Amino acid sequence: MLKIALAGIDRLFAAIAASKKLYLPIENAGEVEFSEYSEGAKVRLDALQTVKSAKDAFFPFTENMMQFHTDGKNISVEAAKRVDEDFVVFGVRACDARSFSILDKVFLADPPDSFYAARRAHGIIVGLACHRPEETCFCTNFGIDPTKPETDVTAWIEDGVLYWEAQTEKGKALTEEISAFLEASDEKAVEEQRERTKKILERLPLANLDLSYFKTHPELEIFKRPEWKELSSHCLGCGTCTFVCPTCQCYDIRDYNTGHGIVRYRCWDSCMYSDFTLMAAVNSRKSQVERFRQRFMHKLVYNPINHEGEFGCVGCGRCLRKCPISMNIVKVAKTLGGEQA
Amino acid sequence: MMKRPEEQIPALGVVTDVRRDTPDVKTFRVVSPEGKKPLEHMPGQCAMLSLPGIGEGMFSITSSPTQEEYMEFSIKKCGHLTSWLHELEPGQMVTIRGPYGNGFPVETELKGKNLLFIAGGIGLAPLHSVINYCRHYRQNYGDIEIIYGSRSMDDLVDIREIQEEWEPEEGLKVHLTIDRPQDGWNGHVGFVPNYVKELNLSLDKTVLICGPPIMIKFTLQNLQELGFSREQVYTTMELRMKCGIGKCGRCNIGSKYVCKDGPVFRFDQLDELPDEY
Ligand SMILES: Cc1cc2nc3c(=O)[nH]c(=O)nc-3n(C[C@H](O)[C@H](O)[C@H](O)COP(=O)(O)OP(=O)(O)OC[C@H]3O[C@@H](n4cnc5c(N)ncnc54)[C@H](O)[C@@H]3O)c2cc1C
Ligand code: SF4
Ligand code: SF4
Ligand code: FES
Repeated sequence: MLKIALAGIDRLFAAIAASKKLYLPIENAGEVEFSEYSEGAKVRLDALQTVKSAKDAFFPFTENMMQFHTDGKNISVEAAKRVDEDFVVFGVRACDARSFSILDKVFLADPPDSFYAARRAHGIIVGLACHRPEETCFCTNFGIDPTKPETDVTAWIEDGVLYWEAQTEKGKALTEEISAFLEASDEKAVEEQRERTKKILERLPLANLDLSYFKTHPELEIFKRPEWKELSSHCLGCGTCTFVCPTCQCYDIRDYNTGHGIVRYRCWDSCMYSDFTLMAAVNSRKSQVERFRQRFMHKLVYNPINHEGEFGCVGCGRCLRKCPISMNIVKVAKTLGGEQA
Repeated sequence: MMKRPEEQIPALGVVTDVRRDTPDVKTFRVVSPEGKKPLEHMPGQCAMLSLPGIGEGMFSITSSPTQEEYMEFSIKKCGHLTSWLHELEPGQMVTIRGPYGNGFPVETELKGKNLLFIAGGIGLAPLHSVINYCRHYRQNYGDIEIIYGSRSMDDLVDIREIQEEWEPEEGLKVHLTIDRPQDGWNGHVGFVPNYVKELNLSLDKTVLICGPPIMIKFTLQNLQELGFSREQVYTTMELRMKCGIGKCGRCNIGSKYVCKDGPVFRFDQLDELPDEY
């Protein structure tokens, strides 16, 4: 294990940023989001979570896919350049780290999405262990250990010191590059922190959700539960829950005329929106009941069916904190799964 | 099947021929810029066509895989992109990507079966490909019977090919019908679901239905009343699509993505899924 005093961490960031793009939690106008590092940026490694998740680093909010040039009846297509340089995402929590493996199963499945694949191949992730989880955190239900994120490098912050441990070949290579800033350390402080955090985790209010119902009953039965109506009755269809969620993957593809050609780009979309499935004569999801049900069925039922039992939720708690009507996946799971909501 | 480097980046196609089939359906012949067939496919598969700046849409490949020279699409004018497509003149380029979807199981479940095709309106588009495929490999299939209906005489797609090539063919029966009587029409008049009941169909057939949802619903009901089981009947589903490869999350029916697990489903398979379509 290696370490660096937090007091000098800006030098480490500057050293990484000298050769690679570096993204980390940065406070801007009172909100902390993963953003590109620049000197003087207000880095907030202490923030437990960014408002949006870290998925932006691999699946950006908007992304150009190609450009067209037209000339009379002729068209030419120019694919957008894929990311071809390494970059570092620093300070990713264990829940967001797991979300990448959930997104991988969609975007890297045959045929792979080359835009996402390029970012995954070039992204180096430095995870940051949690030691002050919030009441809305429930990642441990999904087998996630927030005291040791599954990332290229895992970092811990304890008492003014950042501890550093490479976990993968990519992580080792990054460590090599910045070894001048790191010194050797024992693991005592980290071990103690992990023990302390585990005790807090056990006592979190949502530590023991029973999600077995969703894997043991047929999708049609769960789909037909009458409770969906009541659960969705106040949903505004604002889509906030989908935009903050690290595992939501839906996107739209659109064209935009720049004046110098036409760009076809993709951007995040939301199954909570009424026009998401709108067609000429019909909309397969006519009201918010169907749209709301789709979001939670996808996470709790369809994802496990399609991806070897893995839920499409990592328990980050963002939708619990951000929904304007305080509806969320935990309430849905408890109501349908038989627990008291 | 040939692998493309990136599924969402389209190739180019050139429209070489535009044929007006009905007042609102045109059939477009598309080749690659080199003058060859743009891509290989199986019957029932689809491709994404687009005009840059206008939009992209999923369309059934209506020509048979056995057609080596080109690919055809029958497109109904119903919105923004399809109106632009209807304005196209030969020589215009479009973008094309695919093929997408599972297609009909012509090499497995349908092999050796007596086949009954039931189409309504533009629903002939996906079936047209299967019919010509089965005609080409005639020895692999039993009797072929086709029921095709439209609002009026003028709304029957591909009528020339049906009358000149399909009707005279041995071992192939064609039943045409239109919704209301019309001058110059000597054939059957009436809705497809009712016609199905009048035809004295034998129950040993595998059925492929395509058409408007309401027609499918009543036709299936009537087939079941005649004694057909849902395991015998295939259809194609149409949901809003963007990526075509199971990633954008738009076209699912329950746990299945229509763009990759469909668009062809057997009715007993659909029974296990939410009826959200
Ligand atoms: C698997 C599949 C196969 C298809 N095969 C054919 C075919 O062979 N021939 C044919 O004419 N059409 C086919 N369609 C329908 C075709 O994709 C749409 O009609 C077309 O995309 C509409 O585009 P537009 O821009 O003209 O309409 P828009 O201006 O976008 O919309 C007009 C209306 O059509 C709706 N719409 C948009 N996209 C679709 C869609 N994918 N499906 C249905 N409605 C849509 C819009 O919501 C709107 O209400 C198929 C669709 C699918 C999913
Ligand atoms: S559903 Fe909610 S708790 Fe689960 S990963 Fe998404 S935002 Fe986080
Ligand atoms: S569940 Fe909440 S956050 Fe999600 S769309 Fe409905 S109101 Fe918005
Ligand atoms: S069209 Fe994108 S998932 Fe089917």
